[in-house]
Amino acid sequence: MSEKFYWEAIRDALREEMIRDPNVFLMGEDIAIYGGAYGATRGLYEEFGEERVRDTAISEAAIAGAATGAAMLGMRPVAEIMYADFLTLAMDQLVNTAAKNRYMFGGRTKVPMVLRTEGGAGRGIAAQHSQSTEAWFNHAPGIYVVMPATPYDAKGLLKTCIRDDNPILFIEHKMLYGTKGELPDEEYLIPLGSADIKRAGKDLTIIAYSRMVLVSLEAAEELAKEGIDAEVVDLRSIKPLDVDTMIRSVRKTGKVICVSEACRTNSVPSELISVIQEHAFDYLDAPIKRVCGADVPIPMSPTLEEAAVPRAEDIVQAAKQLVR
Amino acid sequence: MREVTKEDKQTLLTYLRHMYEIRFFEEKVMELLAQNVITGASHLYAGEEAVAVGACAAIEPTDYITSTHRGHGHCIAKGGQLPQMMAELCGKQTGYSRGRGGSMHIADVAKGNMGATGIVGGNIPVGTGAALALKIRGEKKVVLCFFGDGAANNATFHESLNMAGIWKLPVVYICENNLYGMSVSTKRACAVQDIASRASAYNMPGAIVDGQDVLAVKEVVSKAVQRARAGLGPTLIEAKTYRYFGHSRSDPRKYRTKEEERFYKEQRDPITLFRVKLLEGKIATKEELDAVEKSVQQAIEEATKFALESPYPNASELYDFLYVE
Repeated sequence: MSEKFYWEAIRDALREEMIRDPNVFLMGEDIAIYGGAYGATRGLYEEFGEERVRDTAISEAAIAGAATGAAMLGMRPVAEIMYADFLTLAMDQLVNTAAKNRYMFGGRTKVPMVLRTEGGAGRGIAAQHSQSTEAWFNHAPGIYVVMPATPYDAKGLLKTCIRDDNPILFIEHKMLYGTKGELPDEEYLIPLGSADIKRAGKDLTIIAYSRMVLVSLEAAEELAKEGIDAEVVDLRSIKPLDVDTMIRSVRKTGKVICVSEACRTNSVPSELISVIQEHAFDYLDAPIKRVCGADVPIPMSPTLEEAAVPRAEDIVQAAKQLVR
Repeated sequence: MREVTKEDKQTLLTYLRHMYEIRFFEEKVMELLAQNVITGASHLYAGEEAVAVGACAAIEPTDYITSTHRGHGHCIAKGGQLPQMMAELCGKQTGYSRGRGGSMHIADVAKGNMGATGIVGGNIPVGTGAALALKIRGEKKVVLCFFGDGAANNATFHESLNMAGIWKLPVVYICENNLYGMSVSTKRACAVQDIASRASAYNMPGAIVDGQDVLAVKEVVSKAVQRARAGLGPTLIEAKTYRYFGHSRSDPRKYRTKEEERFYKEQRDPITLFRVKLLEGKIATKEELDAVEKSVQQAIEEATKFALESPYPNASELYDFLYVE
């Protein structure tokens, strides 16, 4: 075991897969010489050269579309879009070309590509660099959406994504790159669609993903001080969704909070709540709560930015209302 | 018109055959659309046959193409099978995409056809990425990336040609300029009238070719393919052409004159022009050319029969092919 940063976990996953499979290559804005806006590709250009670690022009549609075309011919591109906000510029290629490819061509094609990006608030960089856009893609059939919260999960999931034959949107969080975690020295993979119980508990279930897992764990510690034992379920991938793990927990506790940093309306929790009531309605002791980002663009000013996304105390408050 | 030289007779007759296949396929599709046997959208390629056939004559079966919403011609020129094509347009299980795609979504990567798209300009990045794959793997193959004049005003065109220009990718961009993006004339939609002139912005050669002359298209594309195979990078070719039918079946064609349509059909028809050339060059007799025409008509009838007799997909298979399991 060794302690590593989240960004190092990403870098190590890319590196190991590039060594393992010559079809894996990287492209994106500022990923080569600069090493990525958040440093996740540091050192790879030096190790693998410009043929496999490609700086591109600021051309998001061409990045996503070229990754699709290369994947259709059997390469395994890992493309990077610097901010999840910029996915709008690549969205047609992701939704209309990559995600629908195999289906609309009747299974004659496959698109084994990963598109890495990062989202989320926390750095005071305002409305166009702080958004959480996963729900838009969760809605599009044909593409998976993976959002790891820890270095361990980031590495194991990214390696799996690179080996998977489907297009995958892999969304990191800008406030997680500097977090640390223990990583095994030996190789490991984490299957897609496997949620992880990050904290076991019996009184209520908190379902979260990405940075909100850490915020939920913080909330759970607060609740523990008051004798409330919360279980924290980290979805890890929001599509495919691990319905079983989620529902098992809900059936055990009977009380649920769904947490997301994204705007509340039509968010991932909106969908989770539907799934839960379809599968576990009779087990619920109280209406399901959601703790989400406010329905506003992320503001710059620290007081406003902090108010725009869920805080541990918001989750604590929701939990107390549930448990009473 | 380019003179007929060197090419052997059988090859030339094959070009004629492919052009007839496209023409008669489209005429049959129009007929089936009118009868509501084919539903949905179909954008017909009639009038532009020399572009797809001439361009695909310049590449090998192992090379790749990307297509457009007006893709039947590309599919046929790249070796597509008429029965599976017609079945796909009819939404049948025996179609290329098992009825999931229809007219706008036929792909056959194994044969080098990376597919059509319903998004104007949507496949320009895809063709570019395919060329990137070939370059990284060091394969001496090329990609022909077809698109229309309308797509040349889309961001994907500019982003992709820039990318290919920087990385010297083995791709030949073929702009089929049929003068109208749906209803809007290029005069009103495009700041330049020669789209090939945009090549200079991306540091690649640009060439204009008569898109009604199959041999001229073949010659220009061959040069570009040679260049791409030699690792010298992309080319932008603009084929000036014309579509006979409207943009789609609901198009009353108010934006162009009957005189203009008549001019192209009577004086610039790619099949008529090629027939005249074959006759004047004493390559083939009228009887031989008529025999090609007749056998294609027969093939279209058989393809249609196959399509009509084929079953629809089973509703229980709705979720098939969404993901690779």
